[in-house]
Amino acid sequence: MDIQQWLYSMPARFRSLFHSNQVDQEMKEELREHLDQQIKENIARGMSAEEARRMAVRAMGGITQIEQQCRDARGGNLLEDFVQDLRYGFRQLLRNPGFSVLAILCLTLGTGANAVVFSWVEGILFRPYPLVAHQERLFALAGTARGETGATELSWSDFQDLRRSCTMCEDAFVSKITGSTLSVGDHAETARGSIVSANYFNAIGVRPVLGRGFDTSEDLGSDSHPVVVISYDLWRDRYKSDPNIIGRMQRFNNVPHTIIGVAPRGFYGTFVGWAMQFWVPASMEETFESGGYKLESRDERWIEAYVRLKPGVTRKQAQQELSAIGARLATDYPATNRGRNFAIWTLWETPFNNARTLLPTLEVMVAVVAFVLLIACANVANLLLVRSFTRRHEMSIRLAIGASRVRLLKQLLTEGLILAALGTTSGLVVAYWCRHALALLLPRRSGVAMYLPGQIDARVMALSVGLCLLVTLIVGFFPALHTRKLDLAGPLKAESAGVVGARGRAWVRSGLVVFQVSLSFVLLVGAALLLESLEKIRTTSPGFTTTSVVTTGVSLVAAGYDEQRAKTFQDELIDRLSALPGVESAAFARVTPLGYGTYSSTPIAVDGYQPSLEEQPALEYNQVGPSYFSTMGIPLFSGREFTRADDENAPLVAIVNRTMVARYWKGEDPLGRRLQVKGRWVRIVGVVADSKYESMREATKPFFYVPLRQDFVRGPALNIRTHLPLPAVSATLVREVHALDANLAVYEMITLQEQVNRSTSPQLVAVTLVSILGGLALLLAGVGLYGVMSYAVAQSTKELGLRMALGAGAANLLRLVISRGLRLTAGGLVFGFMAALALTKLLAKLLYSVSPHDPMVFASALAVMTITATSACLLPAWRASRTDPARVLRD
Amino acid sequence: MSKPSDLVQGTLDMLILKILALEPLNGWAISQRLKQISSNVLGVSDGSLYPALHKLQHRGWIRAEWKPSENNRRAKFYSLTRVGRQQLEKETANWNRVSAAISGIVQLKEA
Repeated sequence: MDIQQWLYSMPARFRSLFHSNQVDQEMKEELREHLDQQIKENIARGMSAEEARRMAVRAMGGITQIEQQCRDARGGNLLEDFVQDLRYGFRQLLRNPGFSVLAILCLTLGTGANAVVFSWVEGILFRPYPLVAHQERLFALAGTARGETGATELSWSDFQDLRRSCTMCEDAFVSKITGSTLSVGDHAETARGSIVSANYFNAIGVRPVLGRGFDTSEDLGSDSHPVVVISYDLWRDRYKSDPNIIGRMQRFNNVPHTIIGVAPRGFYGTFVGWAMQFWVPASMEETFESGGYKLESRDERWIEAYVRLKPGVTRKQAQQELSAIGARLATDYPATNRGRNFAIWTLWETPFNNARTLLPTLEVMVAVVAFVLLIACANVANLLLVRSFTRRHEMSIRLAIGASRVRLLKQLLTEGLILAALGTTSGLVVAYWCRHALALLLPRRSGVAMYLPGQIDARVMALSVGLCLLVTLIVGFFPALHTRKLDLAGPLKAESAGVVGARGRAWVRSGLVVFQVSLSFVLLVGAALLLESLEKIRTTSPGFTTTSVVTTGVSLVAAGYDEQRAKTFQDELIDRLSALPGVESAAFARVTPLGYGTYSSTPIAVDGYQPSLEEQPALEYNQVGPSYFSTMGIPLFSGREFTRADDENAPLVAIVNRTMVARYWKGEDPLGRRLQVKGRWVRIVGVVADSKYESMREATKPFFYVPLRQDFVRGPALNIRTHLPLPAVSATLVREVHALDANLAVYEMITLQEQVNRSTSPQLVAVTLVSILGGLALLLAGVGLYGVMSYAVAQSTKELGLRMALGAGAANLLRLVISRGLRLTAGGLVFGFMAALALTKLLAKLLYSVSPHDPMVFASALAVMTITATSACLLPAWRASRTDPARVLRD
Repeated sequence: MSKPSDLVQGTLDMLILKILALEPLNGWAISQRLKQISSNVLGVSDGSLYPALHKLQHRGWIRAEWKPSENNRRAKFYSLTRVGRQQLEKETANWNRVSAAISGIVQLKEA
């Protein structure tokens, strides 16, 4: 239709849409006028009035049909029909409020669960950084090292070289999480911040609302630019939105910093999991990083970074260029860079923040909520189907008076659309409430909840609208299927679906129930597997004592301690603690196992071990103080623990774990043998048991320990073995620390069990969410089964009454109905079983020492499903058994 | 309900447009005119006339207004719009081409 014609057709279309009653009246008047003329003419020809009228009507054909044809002819009438259908659909829904509410609730649950998970995926994985420009071209940048899986950190020099040489990168910036105690007035608390390169705010396209971002030179030099940009929330909450904040001095890690800017509202930095409160330039690295790395040193690696690729550049192309740059650096600086390179990851795979830990959980959740939506759809389709039986009369009449089947189909789809749209809308409202809920499932650290906001943006909305249309098609389809069989004589025939027979149309409803049961079964199995696995994780020993050991730390770095002062302090504190009643022992270690900290890693060489040409042995290790192993409860197999005597002046020593002995010494006792660590030879003085180091789910791996004094860090973790309750230890420690230096702060103290629990929190999240949704799915399936059985019983009272009259007892009827319900369930279980066998493999990433096909899990899911199904059938069965044969037969 | 033959179905629109090109008429008058000029050969039932009129109106080819008729009753008068006139020309040209081709074939002598 060309534009001119469209313009000419507008008035008529407009009228028929908005003045449809008037248009209809006029049409009727026009047809009556025609009829009158015809009658008049017939009379003029000599017919009687009666006959004239009859002939005129016959000449025209049925008036009603013509009227309908005229309506249909009005421009196809898509919109008008739609508006009419909408009105009619709403009336239908209002007529059955119970039905409508139930259907909308089901759909709210389904679409809401989807919208929540989409909002999490969007806000945590795809677009995690509000206000940051062009996140679709943003990639996480880190290093790789031969012989190590996963990402390593980068050195500042390597990063600078990369930034200079990368032609495919629009920009690259550093963002490394750090923390500080922050005292404003008399209120002190921990604040989280990022060490960033000076180009940070320019690169992400975020303008401070007050003051400025960093100048280009502010990331150069050693601790030479104590300037800080603070977050809007920090400014508002801690500085009462002071308009003269710029230029004010504030101590961070005991170093006075000048506040030079306030970030805009809604900007939380670039770290998935925590909301950043301040940003300092990389030149302040030594103040904020416990490692105290030097910027110019190429083998001191601490940087986590991002690159934004130029438009049109693919990840693969960029990776090739980065690898080339890395290879060149490896040739130019073999001493520090041999075997090392760069790698980029999509934001949702970012190796150095919580995106990576939450990715498997969220992946599973996407599948789970899809299941829930399908189950909810099946329920609503079932409800609509029941209603369509009760509406057969209406449908047949509409067909009889000239409605086309297409028109009826449109009507049914419109009703589906109304339900789906209402369900989706309320689902989005639910999602809006729950968008920040993920953080609630994860443990707080130092009393601060994680920051994992869901985002309901245009993309999430669009996806929800898409789902809404899909739901419309699904729930509209089944009643529509039913109209196909509708014939004009329909209302005259009686529908009789026997309880036992259930042939004919009932198979669609039964099919839907079977479908629901099988999906719920899959979810049940998934939930049970995760639960079983969490149980295994939490009860498996990590290789060290978890109950009577607590871990914490002291803010030596933040307080500006140099190495010598830190050493003295550490020794004095251990002496004081060990002397206390109730404390068995205490030991420092660079990293507490399963904590957030990352281990040092080093290439190694082993006396008498000839690595293959390709192999570049590199291992992670921990720097630990005297009596670390007895404190942690890690068994010593041979040799000795580290002692005070193993200090910087003593010969270098190491203790290795048993897997390392097996790997590098073929199981022979390695005491007295040598190992090269960071280019220096150290002597093995002990062998300890294997334990878990970074994750409960890791395989046993070779690992070793060196004395803290011989590879010193100023801010190690403190582990205390004691039988005192946690608050008592905490108070004691604070007292002892303050006795040494009143300016020091003690970090959050937790038991090692809590540490283990925190490290397994992604599993806990998965278990919680899958269990909740699995429970809801079970409920929905139960309701579906109940509905089908109730309907079947209600439809076949006659048959039941007859059976009873012929001598069947109440118990027989009870058994009859329940066995029919269980047959449906069994059908669903067969499909569910097969689906579960195929699908639970997707959970493998979240499972720990549980087979995805664990027979116990399948058996218990089977039991739960059967019990649910039986109870869903009980009420209809009971009703069937109460059938009064006399009354039924009389009716 | 009687349906016109396919040929008429395709050409009914054109006939209505042609009739209205001469003068604005109401539905009754159009049906009488159709019967007159086609000498009842085409057998257009009144049942198919009105849906066709409504369709043409919604395509923007004809417009309708209520005016007093000859016997002073209110009647709906249809008239051609500008795009309707263009459409008529297009359809007439098309008809001439097709009918010429068909009559050419029909008049072929059997060998």
